[in-house]
Amino acid sequence: MTGATLQPQVRTTLLLRIVPLHLYAGRTHVILERSLLAYQRSWLVVLTGFFEPVFYLLAMGQGLGSLIGQVSTVAGPVAYAAYIAPGLLATSAMNGAIFDSTINVFFKLKYAKLYDGMLAASLGPVDVALGEIVWSLIRGGLYSVAFVLVMLVMGLLASWWALLAVPVALIVAFGFAAVGMAITTFMKTFQQMDWITTALLPMFLFSTTFYPLGVYPRAVQILVECLPLYHGIELIRGLCLGLVSPGLFLHLLYFAGMIGVGVTVASRRLERLLLR
Amino acid sequence: MAPTLRPLVTEASPSRTSGTVLVWQYLMLVWRRSALSTVIAGIVTPLLYLLALGFGLGTLVNSGPGAASLGGVSYVKYLAPALVTAAALQAGVGEAAYPVYSRFKWSRVFWGISSTPVSTAQITNGQLLFLATRLAIGSALYYVVVLVFGAAGGWAGLLVIPIAVLTGASCAVWVMALAGRMRREGTAFNVVFRFVVVPMTLFSGSFFPIERMPGAIRWLAYISPLWHGNELARAAMLGTGSGLAVLGHLVFLVVLGGAGLVTARHAFSTRLIV
Amino acid sequence: MNRQHRPWIGNVESRWSGVASAVVKSTPSGGRPELDSREPGAEPAQGSQSTDSMISAIGLRKSFPVKSGPDVEAVRGIDLQVPRGEAFGFLGPNGAGKSSTMRMIACVSPRTGGDLRILGLDPARDGVRIRARLGVVPQQDNLDEELSVRENLFIYGRYFGIPRRACWAKADELLEFAQLQEKSRARVDALSGGMKRRLTIARSLMNDPELLLLDEPTTGLDPQARHVLWDRLFRLKQQGVTLILTTHYMDEAEQLCDRLVVMDDGRIAAEGSPAELIERFSTREVLELRFTPGAQEAAEPRVADLAERIEVLPDRLLLYTPDGEATLNTVLAAGLRPVSTLVRRSTLEDVFLRLTGRSLVD
Repeated sequence: MTGATLQPQVRTTLLLRIVPLHLYAGRTHVILERSLLAYQRSWLVVLTGFFEPVFYLLAMGQGLGSLIGQVSTVAGPVAYAAYIAPGLLATSAMNGAIFDSTINVFFKLKYAKLYDGMLAASLGPVDVALGEIVWSLIRGGLYSVAFVLVMLVMGLLASWWALLAVPVALIVAFGFAAVGMAITTFMKTFQQMDWITTALLPMFLFSTTFYPLGVYPRAVQILVECLPLYHGIELIRGLCLGLVSPGLFLHLLYFAGMIGVGVTVASRRLERLLLR
Repeated sequence: MAPTLRPLVTEASPSRTSGTVLVWQYLMLVWRRSALSTVIAGIVTPLLYLLALGFGLGTLVNSGPGAASLGGVSYVKYLAPALVTAAALQAGVGEAAYPVYSRFKWSRVFWGISSTPVSTAQITNGQLLFLATRLAIGSALYYVVVLVFGAAGGWAGLLVIPIAVLTGASCAVWVMALAGRMRREGTAFNVVFRFVVVPMTLFSGSFFPIERMPGAIRWLAYISPLWHGNELARAAMLGTGSGLAVLGHLVFLVVLGGAGLVTARHAFSTRLIV
Repeated sequence: MNRQHRPWIGNVESRWSGVASAVVKSTPSGGRPELDSREPGAEPAQGSQSTDSMISAIGLRKSFPVKSGPDVEAVRGIDLQVPRGEAFGFLGPNGAGKSSTMRMIACVSPRTGGDLRILGLDPARDGVRIRARLGVVPQQDNLDEELSVRENLFIYGRYFGIPRRACWAKADELLEFAQLQEKSRARVDALSGGMKRRLTIARSLMNDPELLLLDEPTTGLDPQARHVLWDRLFRLKQQGVTLILTTHYMDEAEQLCDRLVVMDDGRIAAEGSPAELIERFSTREVLELRFTPGAQEAAEPRVADLAERIEVLPDRLLLYTPDGEATLNTVLAAGLRPVSTLVRRSTLEDVFLRLTGRSLVD
């Protein structure tokens, strides 16, 4: 038995080098398993990503909906469940994208030195950035399709435009993933990574997922209109409720900008970090 | 210049500090490093939730057809007690999952403690005591924010702090037991979070009365510790609920927590004494 | 001022059971007799502490239940007697049962069978009291990575009920002993492997243990770190601490241990001091012969009676003989042409090979 050589290997594996602070180590492991191992091992975890927005839809749509009745929108009064469903779709697209493009990437950059190997094999940094993002989009796409089907079954879709909701959700996810990855390349410690998820909470709460912009005073409305999630929700809600207007293109442009900026910054940073 | 060791020269009376308290002191020492960020989060998070859901969503609810079923209070007042208990639940489960698991698997601190005179039951108790302390601090901060929003409901409202601690701890102790049992990677936690904690938060009458759910789902609420905690919290802050009901809810949570503690102790001792 | 030099027992009563307390009360300087007056390298004094058996095991057994199938027997009945002040070693490959035995001695693992007394007490009944007087250096570090070096020492001392101020004082003293003063405020995750080990050993001394258990203390360390550690352990031994260590490094066993047992497959294969074992199970010297591949089989019968014993390894032949050079000349005179030769002294590795037919580290 190679007792002498076994111990050093155990000491330097990824697991024992992670500083087990608070919740970081755990999340990192979940993400690590998801992307490094074939998702056969973590199929249950992948499944949970689908269920979460569905739970929200059932609980809030039914429970809160019976309290609230109908929400008045530009297209007339809409059932509450039909109002929040597009918001939940956009939010789950954002969550999935951020999860994959931040913790996952951070872990690989800092500990697994995976990217070093890839770049040594003459892949460019842009390939690396896009590769990570595509993987998260595939999963996000599956979730979105499944969620739209749930919406269909619950009778919450108002028009055929809703078919476009899935590709649009992917664009939203792409935008968040690109920006998320770009930000991650600047982070140095696990604590800093937590700031990212902390920043998502107010966005989730305040960007018209659960109630319309009208409840805010005008000053706050302007602030909310700058948030990326707001634009994502407007896009998808417009499609699902049939409120299609040229204005939607402005929201799309917003995300095109996010994608462009995110990918460029991420590649430049990766290049600087890895190809020194 | 050879360094030699001098034997420890101390007085003859042994310390009376129990092993449970020593473990608690250790965990508090470790927590001190992140105490500031916990406190800041403990103030900012309730602020955000109360603003967004209490007032933003509240505008919709208060003007909607179902406003009357809230029992005559505005949505903010209805929501606030439930937010305190839900926050305690999430914080408790979060603190009992990976941090405890890491003390078995990665940093292995519990193994070190088990070589000392401290027993495994004392390690379990100490961990739970620390958990309860953290929840108490978090809930107290939440209460202060709720107080500022004018939704705190009199002196009885202060009881929401121990109620939230009881709610959070009675669930967290089960997660501690799970952490003690788990040998492989921590994917089980993710499943627990997504399939137990999230539905519990959504379907326990936190955001809307459970009467708004169809009958089958309502039964889920009756076995949900968070629902019992919510009822207790609302009894404290809004004065709803009869004395008998309050007793019933208390008994439920205490029995759940007690059973959880026994399970956790068993899990810890089986893990550490092999 | 005659102060009692006594280790802390924490929240356990401070009465000591029979024999041990008699010894403590009878010797003038308390719990560590002859601490300062002993010369380095002197034999552990048997007279005044002959009643003090640190470890006494008879037929000790340990088995682990397995989900499907029969129990795994890690320790299959071993007998041990370790007196105070000795440095005692368990030598053997992984899976021999060394760590399981250590955990039973450390009173963190209940025995499955046989009799075991540590410091005269039964671990099944007095585990907590015994642990208060032991120092444990585990195989895998379990330091708190988030705390500083000094805080790690402090908090560990607290588990023994040592008052706060005494803990800090002892921590500073141990930092000096372990030569970690510069790192005292540093976080543990910033230390190298060797420093972490030194810290673990320092930590195990916080309660002034009479018995120090070290499970593979230098595995995984670079040679320089190992030598620093050996030096520290040797000093402890000089100060009268009873050391029990497990290792699969024969140089470590030879350097540190007064006596050792060779364990294999849960049983004791041999027992004695390193010199005794080598004398009993091996010759003074060993001649190693390396041949070109294929030529070794041809050479084997021809060397058969040139030495007291021959061991055939996959890549070389070992000839055990009292005089290696003479045997080498005989070999060459017999017309054999090995590719390379080596004459060396016997080591515990040879003992192990003889006892079990396998090498310690393969």
